[in-house]
Amino acid sequence: MSWFSRPASETQVTHGQRLWLYIFAGITMTLLVVPTLIVIPMSFSDSQYLEFPPEDWSLRWYHNYFSSPEWMGATATSFKAAILTTIVATPIGVLAAYGLHASKIPFIRATFVLLITPMMVPVVLIAIGAFYAYVKLQILYTMTGLVLAHALLAIPLVVIVIGSALKSYDMNQENAARSLGAPRWKAFMTITLPQIRFAVVTSALLAFLTSFDEVIVAMFISGGDNSTLTRNMFNALRDQIDPTIAAISTIMVLVTTVLMIVAQVFGTDKSQK
Amino acid sequence: MSAAATLNSDGLARDERLERLRLFGLASPAILLVMVILVIPVGWLFYVSFLGADGSFSLENYERMIERKSYARIFYTTFEVSILTTILCIVIGYPLAYFMSQLPNKWANICLVTVLLPFWTSLLVRTYAWLVLLQKSGLVNEWGMSLGLWEEPLRLVHNMSGTLIGMVHIMLPFLILPVYSAMRQIDRDYLKAAANLGASPRRAFWTVFFPLSTPGLFAGALMVFVLCLGFFVTPAVLGGGKVIMVSMKIVSNIELFVNWGAASALGVVLLTLTVGILWIASKFLNLDTVSKGGH
Repeated sequence: MSWFSRPASETQVTHGQRLWLYIFAGITMTLLVVPTLIVIPMSFSDSQYLEFPPEDWSLRWYHNYFSSPEWMGATATSFKAAILTTIVATPIGVLAAYGLHASKIPFIRATFVLLITPMMVPVVLIAIGAFYAYVKLQILYTMTGLVLAHALLAIPLVVIVIGSALKSYDMNQENAARSLGAPRWKAFMTITLPQIRFAVVTSALLAFLTSFDEVIVAMFISGGDNSTLTRNMFNALRDQIDPTIAAISTIMVLVTTVLMIVAQVFGTDKSQK
Repeated sequence: MSAAATLNSDGLARDERLERLRLFGLASPAILLVMVILVIPVGWLFYVSFLGADGSFSLENYERMIERKSYARIFYTTFEVSILTTILCIVIGYPLAYFMSQLPNKWANICLVTVLLPFWTSLLVRTYAWLVLLQKSGLVNEWGMSLGLWEEPLRLVHNMSGTLIGMVHIMLPFLILPVYSAMRQIDRDYLKAAANLGASPRRAFWTVFFPLSTPGLFAGALMVFVLCLGFFVTPAVLGGGKVIMVSMKIVSNIELFVNWGAASALGVVLLTLTVGILWIASKFLNLDTVSKGGH
Protein backbone atom coordinates (compact mmCIF):
# COMPACT_ATOMS: atom_id res chain seq x y z
CA MET A 1 0.00 0.00 0.00
CA SER A 2 1.61 3.21 -1.10
CA TRP A 3 1.53 6.41 0.88
CA PHE A 4 -0.95 7.91 -1.57
CA SER A 5 -3.65 5.37 -0.86
CA ARG A 6 -3.20 5.33 2.89
CA PRO A 7 -5.96 6.98 4.92
CA ALA A 8 -4.99 10.43 6.15
CA SER A 9 -7.77 11.19 8.60
CA GLU A 10 -10.58 9.73 10.65
CA THR A 11 -12.87 10.04 7.66
CA GLN A 12 -10.71 7.69 5.56
CA VAL A 13 -9.63 10.32 3.07
CA THR A 14 -6.38 9.16 1.55
CA HIS A 15 -3.22 11.24 1.32
CA GLY A 16 -3.52 11.12 -2.45
CA GLN A 17 -7.02 12.53 -2.38
CA ARG A 18 -5.91 15.58 -0.50
CA LEU A 19 -2.55 16.09 -2.09
CA TRP A 20 -3.88 19.51 -3.15
CA LEU A 21 -4.06 20.47 0.55
CA TYR A 22 -0.41 19.59 1.11
CA ILE A 23 0.70 21.50 -1.96
CA PHE A 24 -1.45 24.47 -1.02
CA ALA A 25 -0.15 24.46 2.57
CA GLY A 26 3.42 24.16 1.35
CA ILE A 27 3.05 27.15 -0.96
CA THR A 28 1.31 29.20 1.72
CA MET A 29 3.98 28.47 4.32
CA THR A 30 6.69 29.37 1.80
CA LEU A 31 4.93 32.63 1.00
CA LEU A 32 4.62 33.40 4.71
CA VAL A 33 8.29 32.89 5.49
CA VAL A 34 10.16 33.87 2.32
CA PRO A 35 9.31 37.61 2.29
CA THR A 36 10.41 37.76 5.91
CA LEU A 37 13.75 36.14 5.23
CA ILE A 38 14.56 37.42 1.73
CA VAL A 39 15.82 40.73 3.08
CA ILE A 40 18.78 38.88 4.59
CA PRO A 41 20.58 37.89 1.34
CA MET A 42 19.52 41.19 -0.23
CA SER A 43 21.22 43.17 2.49
CA PHE A 44 24.57 41.70 1.44
CA SER A 45 24.23 42.82 -2.16
CA ASP A 46 26.68 45.25 -3.67
CA SER A 47 24.12 46.74 -6.01
CA GLN A 48 22.22 50.00 -5.67
CA TYR A 49 19.20 48.15 -7.06
CA LEU A 50 17.99 45.35 -4.91
CA GLU A 51 18.38 42.16 -6.85
CA PHE A 52 18.03 38.56 -5.98
CA PRO A 53 20.21 36.63 -5.96
CA PRO A 54 22.81 39.41 -5.60
CA GLU A 55 25.56 39.39 -8.24
CA ASP A 56 28.24 40.82 -6.03
CA TRP A 57 28.34 40.53 -2.31
CA SER A 58 29.41 43.30 0.00
CA LEU A 59 28.90 44.81 3.38
CA ARG A 60 28.45 48.34 2.09
CA TRP A 61 24.89 48.73 3.33
CA TYR A 62 25.90 47.58 6.78
CA HIS A 63 28.77 50.02 6.60
CA ASN A 64 26.28 52.72 5.61
CA TYR A 65 24.12 51.86 8.56
CA PHE A 66 26.80 51.58 11.22
CA SER A 67 28.59 54.75 10.12
CA SER A 68 25.44 56.86 10.10
CA PRO A 69 25.02 58.81 13.34
CA GLU A 70 21.34 59.25 12.52
CA TRP A 71 20.61 55.52 12.16
CA MET A 72 22.76 54.69 15.16
CA GLY A 73 20.99 57.27 17.29
CA ALA A 74 17.61 55.95 16.20
CA THR A 75 18.65 52.37 16.96
CA ALA A 76 19.81 53.39 20.44
CA THR A 77 16.50 55.21 21.02
CA SER A 78 14.49 52.19 19.92
CA PHE A 79 16.36 49.80 22.20
CA LYS A 80 16.22 52.21 25.11
CA ALA A 81 12.50 52.81 24.63
CA ALA A 82 11.79 49.09 24.30
CA ILE A 83 13.76 48.19 27.43
CA LEU A 84 12.16 50.99 29.47
CA THR A 85 8.71 50.07 28.14
CA THR A 86 9.28 46.49 29.31
CA ILE A 87 10.40 47.73 32.73
CA VAL A 88 7.40 50.03 33.08
CA ALA A 89 4.61 47.99 31.45
CA THR A 90 5.37 44.56 32.90
CA PRO A 91 5.04 45.39 36.63
CA ILE A 92 2.12 47.77 36.05
CA GLY A 93 0.34 45.14 33.99
CA VAL A 94 1.10 42.31 36.42
CA LEU A 95 -0.17 44.41 39.34
CA ALA A 96 -3.34 45.26 37.44
CA ALA A 97 -3.99 41.66 36.35
CA TYR A 98 -3.41 40.42 39.88
CA GLY A 99 -5.53 43.16 41.44
CA LEU A 100 -8.41 42.44 39.09
CA HIS A 101 -8.11 38.72 39.65
CA ALA A 102 -7.93 38.83 43.44
CA SER A 103 -10.45 41.57 44.25
CA LYS A 104 -13.88 40.35 43.39
CA ILE A 105 -15.72 43.67 43.24
CA PRO A 106 -18.56 44.27 40.77
CA PHE A 107 -16.94 46.49 38.17
CA ILE A 108 -13.99 44.19 37.43
CA ARG A 109 -15.27 43.33 33.96
CA ALA A 110 -15.62 47.02 33.04
CA THR A 111 -12.10 47.73 34.32
CA PHE A 112 -10.73 44.84 32.30
CA VAL A 113 -12.38 46.24 29.17
CA LEU A 114 -10.93 49.67 29.98
CA LEU A 115 -7.44 48.20 30.32
CA ILE A 116 -7.61 46.43 26.96
CA THR A 117 -9.04 49.41 25.07
CA PRO A 118 -5.58 50.41 23.75
CA MET A 119 -5.79 47.20 21.71
CA MET A 120 -9.15 48.06 20.21
CA VAL A 121 -8.78 51.77 19.50
CA PRO A 122 -7.19 52.36 16.07
CA VAL A 123 -3.53 53.22 16.63
CA VAL A 124 -3.80 56.39 14.56
CA LEU A 125 -6.25 57.78 17.11
CA ILE A 126 -3.99 56.86 20.01
CA ALA A 127 -1.16 58.60 18.17
CA ILE A 128 -2.93 61.91 17.61
CA GLY A 129 -4.50 61.78 21.08
CA ALA A 130 -1.11 61.24 22.68
CA PHE A 131 0.34 64.01 20.51
CA TYR A 132 -2.26 66.41 21.87
CA ALA A 133 -1.80 65.26 25.48
CA TYR A 134 1.98 65.56 25.22
CA VAL A 135 1.83 69.11 23.97
CA LYS A 136 -0.18 69.96 27.11
CA LEU A 137 2.07 67.92 29.40
CA GLN A 138 5.17 69.27 27.63
CA ILE A 139 6.67 65.83 27.07
CA LEU A 140 6.50 65.82 23.28
CA TYR A 141 9.64 64.30 21.67
CA THR A 142 10.91 63.06 25.05
CA MET A 143 11.88 59.53 26.05
CA THR A 144 9.41 59.71 28.96
CA GLY A 145 6.56 60.40 26.59
CA LEU A 146 7.59 57.66 24.20
CA VAL A 147 7.88 55.08 26.97
CA LEU A 148 4.52 56.02 28.49
CA ALA A 149 2.74 55.73 25.14
CA HIS A 150 4.39 52.40 24.33
CA ALA A 151 3.60 51.13 27.82
CA LEU A 152 -0.02 52.03 27.17
CA LEU A 153 0.04 49.83 24.05
CA ALA A 154 1.79 46.98 25.87
CA ILE A 155 -0.41 46.89 28.98
CA PRO A 156 -3.36 45.04 27.35
CA LEU A 157 -1.03 42.24 26.28
CA VAL A 158 0.49 41.94 29.76
CA VAL A 159 -2.93 42.01 31.43
CA ILE A 160 -4.31 39.33 29.09
CA VAL A 161 -1.30 37.01 29.34
CA ILE A 162 -0.98 37.31 33.14
CA GLY A 163 -4.75 37.21 33.61
CA SER A 164 -5.07 33.92 31.77
CA ALA A 165 -2.11 32.48 33.71
CA LEU A 166 -3.78 33.46 37.00
CA LYS A 167 -7.01 31.78 35.89
CA SER A 168 -5.30 28.42 35.82
CA TYR A 169 -3.43 29.13 39.07
CA ASP A 170 -4.88 27.98 42.37
CA MET A 171 -5.13 31.02 44.66
CA ASN A 172 -5.55 28.75 47.68
CA GLN A 173 -1.81 28.25 47.67
CA GLU A 174 -1.39 31.93 48.40
CA ASN A 175 -4.15 31.79 51.01
CA ALA A 176 -2.34 28.91 52.70
CA ALA A 177 0.84 30.97 52.93
CA ARG A 178 -1.14 33.88 54.36
CA SER A 179 -2.90 31.75 56.92
CA LEU A 180 0.57 30.69 58.04
CA GLY A 181 1.39 34.34 58.67
CA ALA A 182 2.94 35.63 55.47
CA PRO A 183 1.82 39.14 54.51
CA ARG A 184 -0.02 39.39 51.19
CA TRP A 185 2.87 40.86 49.22
CA LYS A 186 5.23 38.22 50.56
CA ALA A 187 2.82 35.42 49.73
CA PHE A 188 2.55 36.86 46.21
CA MET A 189 6.28 37.24 45.74
CA THR A 190 7.26 33.83 47.08
CA ILE A 191 4.32 31.62 46.11
CA THR A 192 2.39 33.11 43.19
CA LEU A 193 5.02 34.97 41.19
CA PRO A 194 7.39 31.99 40.77
CA GLN A 195 4.49 29.94 39.43
CA ILE A 196 3.39 32.48 36.84
CA ARG A 197 6.96 33.40 35.85
CA PHE A 198 6.60 31.94 32.35
CA ALA A 199 3.66 34.20 31.67
CA VAL A 200 5.66 37.13 33.08
CA VAL A 201 8.56 36.41 30.71
CA THR A 202 6.19 36.08 27.76
CA SER A 203 4.41 39.31 28.56
CA ALA A 204 7.71 41.15 29.06
CA LEU A 205 8.88 40.00 25.62
CA LEU A 206 5.58 41.10 24.09
CA ALA A 207 6.00 44.50 25.75
CA PHE A 208 9.50 44.78 24.33
CA LEU A 209 8.38 43.87 20.81
CA THR A 210 5.35 46.16 20.98
CA SER A 211 7.62 49.10 21.60
CA PHE A 212 10.41 48.02 19.27
CA ASP A 213 8.06 47.50 16.29
CA GLU A 214 5.71 50.40 16.84
CA VAL A 215 5.59 52.98 14.04
CA ILE A 216 2.55 55.21 14.06
CA VAL A 217 2.63 56.54 17.62
CA ALA A 218 6.38 57.05 17.32
CA MET A 219 5.78 58.99 14.11
CA PHE A 220 3.84 61.59 16.04
CA ILE A 221 5.48 61.79 19.43
CA SER A 222 9.11 60.87 18.83
CA GLY A 223 11.48 63.17 17.05
CA GLY A 224 14.77 65.00 17.11
CA ASP A 225 17.25 63.10 19.26
CA ASN A 226 14.50 60.73 20.35
CA SER A 227 13.49 59.53 16.92
CA THR A 228 12.95 55.77 16.78
CA LEU A 229 14.36 53.32 14.25
CA THR A 230 10.94 52.41 12.88
CA ARG A 231 10.01 56.07 12.49
CA ASN A 232 13.12 56.73 10.41
CA MET A 233 12.60 53.52 8.45
CA PHE A 234 9.03 54.48 7.61
CA ASN A 235 10.07 57.93 6.42
CA ALA A 236 12.83 56.40 4.32
CA LEU A 237 10.41 53.88 2.80
CA ARG A 238 8.02 56.56 1.69
CA ASP A 239 10.77 58.32 -0.26
CA GLN A 240 12.73 55.56 -2.02
CA ILE A 241 13.97 52.00 -1.83
CA ASP A 242 17.23 52.42 0.02
CA PRO A 243 19.20 49.15 0.42
CA THR A 244 20.38 50.36 3.85
CA ILE A 245 16.86 49.43 4.98
CA ALA A 246 17.61 45.82 3.98
CA ALA A 247 20.58 45.80 6.37
CA ILE A 248 18.47 47.30 9.16
CA SER A 249 15.66 44.85 8.42
CA THR A 250 18.10 41.96 8.71
CA ILE A 251 19.17 43.22 12.12
CA MET A 252 15.53 43.52 13.16
CA VAL A 253 14.78 39.97 12.00
CA LEU A 254 17.79 38.87 14.06
CA VAL A 255 16.46 40.67 17.17
CA THR A 256 13.04 39.03 16.69
CA THR A 257 14.54 35.58 16.22
CA VAL A 258 16.65 35.93 19.36
CA LEU A 259 13.54 37.03 21.30
CA MET A 260 11.57 34.07 19.94
CA ILE A 261 14.28 31.70 21.10
CA VAL A 262 14.37 33.39 24.49
CA ALA A 263 10.59 32.99 24.69
CA GLN A 264 10.90 29.33 23.81
CA VAL A 265 13.60 28.70 26.39
CA PHE A 266 12.36 30.85 29.27
CA GLY A 267 8.76 31.49 28.39
CA THR A 268 7.39 27.95 28.31
CA ASP A 269 6.65 25.74 31.22
CA LYS A 270 8.62 22.57 30.59
CA SER A 271 6.97 20.72 33.44
CA GLN A 272 3.71 20.89 31.54
CA LYS A 273 5.02 19.27 28.39
CA MET B 1 -22.60 37.35 73.27
CA SER B 2 -24.63 37.36 70.06
CA ALA B 3 -24.32 41.14 69.80
CA ALA B 4 -20.56 40.82 69.98
CA ALA B 5 -20.60 38.16 67.29
CA THR B 6 -22.62 40.39 64.93
CA LEU B 7 -20.30 43.27 65.66
CA ASN B 8 -17.37 41.03 64.84
CA SER B 9 -18.89 39.79 61.59
CA ASP B 10 -19.69 43.38 60.61
CA GLY B 11 -16.08 44.24 61.25
CA LEU B 12 -14.92 41.28 59.19
CA ALA B 13 -17.19 42.24 56.31
CA ARG B 14 -15.83 45.78 56.47
CA ASP B 15 -12.27 44.49 56.54
CA GLU B 16 -13.00 42.31 53.55
CA ARG B 17 -14.44 45.20 51.59
CA LEU B 18 -11.39 47.29 52.44
CA GLU B 19 -9.09 44.49 51.42
CA ARG B 20 -10.86 44.11 48.08
CA LEU B 21 -10.65 47.83 47.43
CA ARG B 22 -6.97 47.78 48.31
CA LEU B 23 -6.42 44.90 45.91
CA PHE B 24 -8.36 46.73 43.24
CA GLY B 25 -6.08 49.69 43.90
CA LEU B 26 -3.22 47.64 42.46
CA ALA B 27 -4.75 48.26 39.06
CA SER B 28 -4.67 52.04 39.55
CA PRO B 29 -1.32 52.75 37.83
CA ALA B 30 -2.56 50.96 34.72
CA ILE B 31 -5.93 52.70 34.89
CA LEU B 32 -4.25 56.08 35.36
CA LEU B 33 -2.05 55.52 32.32
CA VAL B 34 -5.00 54.50 30.13
CA MET B 35 -7.00 57.50 31.35
CA VAL B 36 -4.30 60.13 30.86
CA ILE B 37 -2.85 58.98 27.56
CA LEU B 38 -5.88 57.41 25.92
CA VAL B 39 -9.32 58.18 27.36
CA ILE B 40 -8.93 61.90 28.06
CA PRO B 41 -7.16 62.74 24.76
CA VAL B 42 -9.66 60.71 22.73
CA GLY B 43 -12.47 62.41 24.63
CA TRP B 44 -10.90 65.71 23.64
CA LEU B 45 -10.81 64.59 19.98
CA PHE B 46 -14.51 63.87 20.29
CA TYR B 47 -15.05 67.40 21.53
CA VAL B 48 -12.89 68.97 18.81
CA SER B 49 -14.76 67.10 16.10
CA PHE B 50 -17.85 69.15 16.98
CA LEU B 51 -16.10 72.50 16.73
CA GLY B 52 -16.32 74.59 13.59
CA ALA B 53 -13.58 76.71 12.06
CA ASP B 54 -14.60 79.64 14.25
CA GLY B 55 -14.39 77.56 17.43
CA SER B 56 -18.11 77.32 18.14
CA PHE B 57 -20.26 74.21 18.18
CA SER B 58 -20.95 73.00 14.69
CA LEU B 59 -21.43 69.85 12.68
CA GLU B 60 -19.44 71.11 9.71
CA ASN B 61 -16.73 68.46 10.08
CA TYR B 62 -19.34 65.75 9.74
CA GLU B 63 -21.26 67.56 7.03
CA ARG B 64 -18.11 67.82 4.96
CA MET B 65 -17.66 64.07 5.28
CA ILE B 66 -21.11 63.48 3.84
CA GLU B 67 -20.95 66.17 1.15
CA ARG B 68 -17.54 65.59 -0.34
CA LYS B 69 -17.10 62.74 -2.75
CA SER B 70 -13.45 62.27 -1.76
CA TYR B 71 -14.48 61.22 1.74
CA ALA B 72 -17.00 58.71 0.43
CA ARG B 73 -14.26 57.25 -1.72
CA ILE B 74 -11.92 56.95 1.27
CA PHE B 75 -14.51 55.05 3.26
CA TYR B 76 -15.29 52.91 0.24
CA THR B 77 -11.59 52.08 -0.20
CA THR B 78 -11.22 51.30 3.50
CA PHE B 79 -14.09 48.83 3.41
CA GLU B 80 -12.97 47.39 0.09
CA VAL B 81 -9.45 46.72 1.38
CA SER B 82 -10.70 45.38 4.72
CA ILE B 83 -13.31 43.04 3.22
CA LEU B 84 -11.02 41.73 0.46
CA THR B 85 -8.17 41.17 2.92
CA THR B 86 -10.47 39.31 5.29
CA ILE B 87 -11.86 37.09 2.51
CA LEU B 88 -8.39 36.32 1.15
CA CYS B 89 -7.14 35.53 4.65
CA ILE B 90 -10.02 33.08 5.16
CA VAL B 91 -9.49 31.40 1.80
CA ILE B 92 -5.73 31.05 2.31
CA GLY B 93 -5.58 30.69 6.08
CA TYR B 94 -8.35 28.19 6.75
CA PRO B 95 -6.86 25.34 4.67
CA LEU B 96 -3.42 25.94 6.19
CA ALA B 97 -4.84 25.87 9.71
CA TYR B 98 -6.71 22.67 8.77
CA PHE B 99 -3.53 21.14 7.42
CA MET B 100 -1.63 21.97 10.63
CA SER B 101 -4.43 20.67 12.84
CA GLN B 102 -4.16 17.26 11.14
CA LEU B 103 -0.44 16.89 11.83
CA PRO B 104 1.07 15.21 14.87
CA ASN B 105 2.07 17.74 17.54
CA LYS B 106 5.76 17.77 16.69
CA TRP B 107 5.21 18.56 13.00
CA ALA B 108 2.42 20.98 13.75
CA ASN B 109 4.76 22.97 15.98
CA ILE B 110 7.36 23.19 13.23
CA CYS B 111 4.70 24.45 10.81
CA LEU B 112 3.50 26.86 13.47
CA VAL B 113 6.93 28.53 13.37
CA THR B 114 6.26 29.49 9.74
CA VAL B 115 3.20 31.36 10.98
CA LEU B 116 4.82 32.83 14.07
CA LEU B 117 8.06 34.01 12.46
CA PRO B 118 6.33 36.61 10.28
CA PHE B 119 3.90 37.34 13.12
CA TRP B 120 6.77 38.38 15.35
CA THR B 121 8.75 40.14 12.64
CA SER B 122 8.36 43.87 12.29
CA LEU B 123 5.56 45.04 10.06
CA LEU B 124 7.94 47.48 8.43
CA VAL B 125 10.42 44.77 7.51
CA ARG B 126 7.73 42.72 5.83
CA THR B 127 6.23 45.72 4.06
CA TYR B 128 9.69 46.63 2.82
CA ALA B 129 10.30 43.07 1.64
CA TRP B 130 7.11 43.14 -0.46
CA LEU B 131 8.04 46.54 -1.83
CA VAL B 132 11.29 45.04 -3.08
CA LEU B 133 9.79 41.77 -4.32
CA LEU B 134 6.92 43.38 -6.22
CA GLN B 135 8.71 46.30 -7.84
CA LYS B 136 9.09 46.50 -11.62
CA SER B 137 12.48 44.79 -11.66
CA GLY B 138 11.64 42.73 -8.58
CA LEU B 139 11.85 39.00 -8.09
CA VAL B 140 8.18 38.31 -8.78
CA ASN B 141 8.20 40.13 -12.11
CA GLU B 142 11.52 38.56 -13.15
CA TRP B 143 10.41 35.04 -12.36
CA GLY B 144 6.98 35.55 -13.86
CA MET B 145 8.52 36.71 -17.12
CA SER B 146 11.25 34.09 -17.25
CA LEU B 147 8.60 31.40 -16.70
CA GLY B 148 6.62 32.94 -19.52
CA LEU B 149 3.61 33.77 -17.37
CA TRP B 150 3.52 37.34 -18.58
CA GLU B 151 5.45 39.37 -21.15
CA GLU B 152 5.77 42.86 -19.75
CA PRO B 153 6.67 43.72 -16.16
CA LEU B 154 3.39 43.98 -14.24
CA ARG B 155 2.59 46.89 -11.97
CA LEU B 156 2.30 44.95 -8.76
CA VAL B 157 3.11 47.64 -6.24
CA HIS B 158 1.98 51.18 -5.50
CA ASN B 159 -1.57 50.16 -6.21
CA MET B 160 -4.42 48.06 -4.83
CA SER B 161 -2.88 44.68 -5.62
CA GLY B 162 0.35 45.54 -3.82
CA THR B 163 -1.60 46.77 -0.81
CA LEU B 164 -3.70 43.60 -0.70
CA ILE B 165 -0.69 41.30 -0.99
CA GLY B 166 1.06 43.08 1.85
CA MET B 167 -2.04 43.27 4.03
CA VAL B 168 -2.89 39.59 3.58
CA HIS B 169 0.66 38.62 4.49
CA ILE B 170 0.49 40.69 7.66
CA MET B 171 -3.03 39.63 8.66
CA LEU B 172 -2.81 35.89 7.94
CA PRO B 173 -1.37 34.92 11.35
CA PHE B 174 -4.23 36.78 13.07
CA LEU B 175 -6.63 34.46 11.27
CA ILE B 176 -4.64 31.24 11.37
CA LEU B 177 -3.85 31.24 15.10
CA PRO B 178 -7.43 31.32 16.46
CA VAL B 179 -8.69 28.97 13.72
CA TYR B 180 -5.89 26.52 14.44
CA SER B 181 -6.50 26.59 18.18
CA ALA B 182 -10.25 26.03 17.65
CA MET B 183 -9.52 23.10 15.35
CA ARG B 184 -7.12 21.54 17.83
CA GLN B 185 -9.90 21.41 20.39
CA ILE B 186 -12.27 19.48 18.13
CA ASP B 187 -12.71 15.91 19.33
CA ARG B 188 -11.70 13.64 16.46
CA ASP B 189 -14.06 10.93 17.66
CA TYR B 190 -16.95 12.94 16.22
CA LEU B 191 -15.43 12.56 12.77
CA LYS B 192 -14.83 8.86 13.30
CA ALA B 193 -18.43 8.50 14.38
CA ALA B 194 -19.62 10.39 11.30
CA ALA B 195 -17.52 8.16 9.04
CA ASN B 196 -18.74 5.03 10.78
CA LEU B 197 -22.31 6.12 10.30
CA GLY B 198 -21.65 6.34 6.61
CA ALA B 199 -20.95 10.04 6.03
CA SER B 200 -18.67 10.71 3.11
CA PRO B 201 -15.44 12.54 4.02
CA ARG B 202 -16.78 15.70 2.43
CA ARG B 203 -20.05 15.45 4.33
CA ALA B 204 -18.26 14.72 7.59
CA PHE B 205 -16.10 17.77 7.08
CA TRP B 206 -18.92 20.20 6.25
CA THR B 207 -21.44 18.94 8.77
CA VAL B 208 -19.15 18.10 11.70
CA PHE B 209 -15.70 19.61 11.47
CA PHE B 210 -16.43 22.95 9.84
CA PRO B 211 -19.27 24.01 12.18
CA LEU B 212 -17.11 23.16 15.18
CA SER B 213 -14.31 25.36 13.85
CA THR B 214 -16.50 28.40 13.16
CA PRO B 215 -16.00 30.12 16.55
CA GLY B 216 -12.28 30.32 15.78
CA LEU B 217 -12.98 31.39 12.22
CA PHE B 218 -15.34 34.17 13.31
CA ALA B 219 -12.90 35.36 15.95
CA GLY B 220 -10.02 35.41 13.47
CA ALA B 221 -11.99 37.05 10.67
CA LEU B 222 -13.32 39.70 13.03
CA MET B 223 -9.83 40.42 14.33
CA VAL B 224 -8.49 40.77 10.78
CA PHE B 225 -11.36 42.97 9.65
CA VAL B 226 -11.15 45.34 12.61
CA LEU B 227 -7.36 45.60 12.37
CA CYS B 228 -7.65 46.34 8.64
CA LEU B 229 -10.10 49.19 9.22
CA GLY B 230 -7.52 51.17 11.17
CA PHE B 231 -4.47 50.07 9.20
CA PHE B 232 -1.91 52.61 8.11
CA VAL B 233 1.67 51.52 7.43
CA THR B 234 1.21 48.90 4.72
CA PRO B 235 -1.29 50.79 2.54
CA ALA B 236 0.78 53.96 2.96
CA VAL B 237 3.92 52.25 1.64
CA LEU B 238 2.57 49.63 -0.80
CA GLY B 239 -0.38 51.72 -1.97
CA GLY B 240 1.95 54.47 -3.14
CA GLY B 241 -0.62 57.19 -2.51
CA LYS B 242 -3.25 55.49 -4.70
CA VAL B 243 -4.94 53.53 -1.92
CA ILE B 244 -6.08 56.02 0.69
CA MET B 245 -7.64 54.62 3.83
CA VAL B 246 -9.32 56.49 6.68
CA SER B 247 -6.29 56.32 8.96
CA MET B 248 -4.09 57.83 6.25
CA LYS B 249 -6.53 60.68 5.72
CA ILE B 250 -6.48 61.35 9.47
CA VAL B 251 -2.69 61.55 9.44
CA SER B 252 -2.55 63.78 6.37
CA ASN B 253 -5.23 66.06 7.80
CA ILE B 254 -2.96 66.70 10.74
CA GLU B 255 0.50 66.52 9.17
CA LEU B 256 -0.28 68.51 6.03
CA PHE B 257 -3.29 70.65 6.82
CA VAL B 258 -3.15 70.86 10.64
CA ASN B 259 -6.90 70.43 10.55
CA TRP B 260 -7.72 68.87 13.91
CA GLY B 261 -11.45 69.19 13.41
CA ALA B 262 -11.54 67.15 10.20
CA ALA B 263 -9.09 64.58 11.56
CA SER B 264 -11.04 64.21 14.80
CA ALA B 265 -14.35 63.73 13.00
CA LEU B 266 -12.82 60.99 10.84
CA GLY B 267 -11.30 59.47 13.97
CA VAL B 268 -14.65 59.48 15.76
CA VAL B 269 -16.29 57.71 12.82
CA LEU B 270 -13.46 55.16 12.59
CA LEU B 271 -13.61 54.50 16.34
CA THR B 272 -17.39 54.20 16.30
CA LEU B 273 -17.22 51.70 13.44
CA THR B 274 -14.54 49.64 15.16
CA VAL B 275 -16.17 49.61 18.58
CA GLY B 276 -19.62 49.07 17.02
CA ILE B 277 -18.45 46.01 15.10
CA LEU B 278 -16.69 44.60 18.17
CA TRP B 279 -19.76 45.29 20.30
CA ILE B 280 -22.13 43.57 17.91
CA ALA B 281 -19.72 40.66 17.56
CA SER B 282 -19.40 40.35 21.33
CA LYS B 283 -23.13 39.64 21.44
CA PHE B 284 -22.54 36.57 19.30
CA LEU B 285 -19.20 35.24 20.42
CA ASN B 286 -16.83 35.28 23.31
CA LEU B 287 -14.26 37.99 22.60
CA ASP B 288 -11.72 36.37 24.92
CA THR B 289 -10.99 33.93 22.10
CA VAL B 290 -10.11 36.88 19.89
CA SER B 291 -7.60 38.33 22.27
CA LYS B 292 -6.13 34.94 23.06
CA GLY B 293 -5.92 33.98 19.43
CA GLY B 294 -4.35 37.25 18.44
CA HIS B 295 -1.44 36.92 20.78
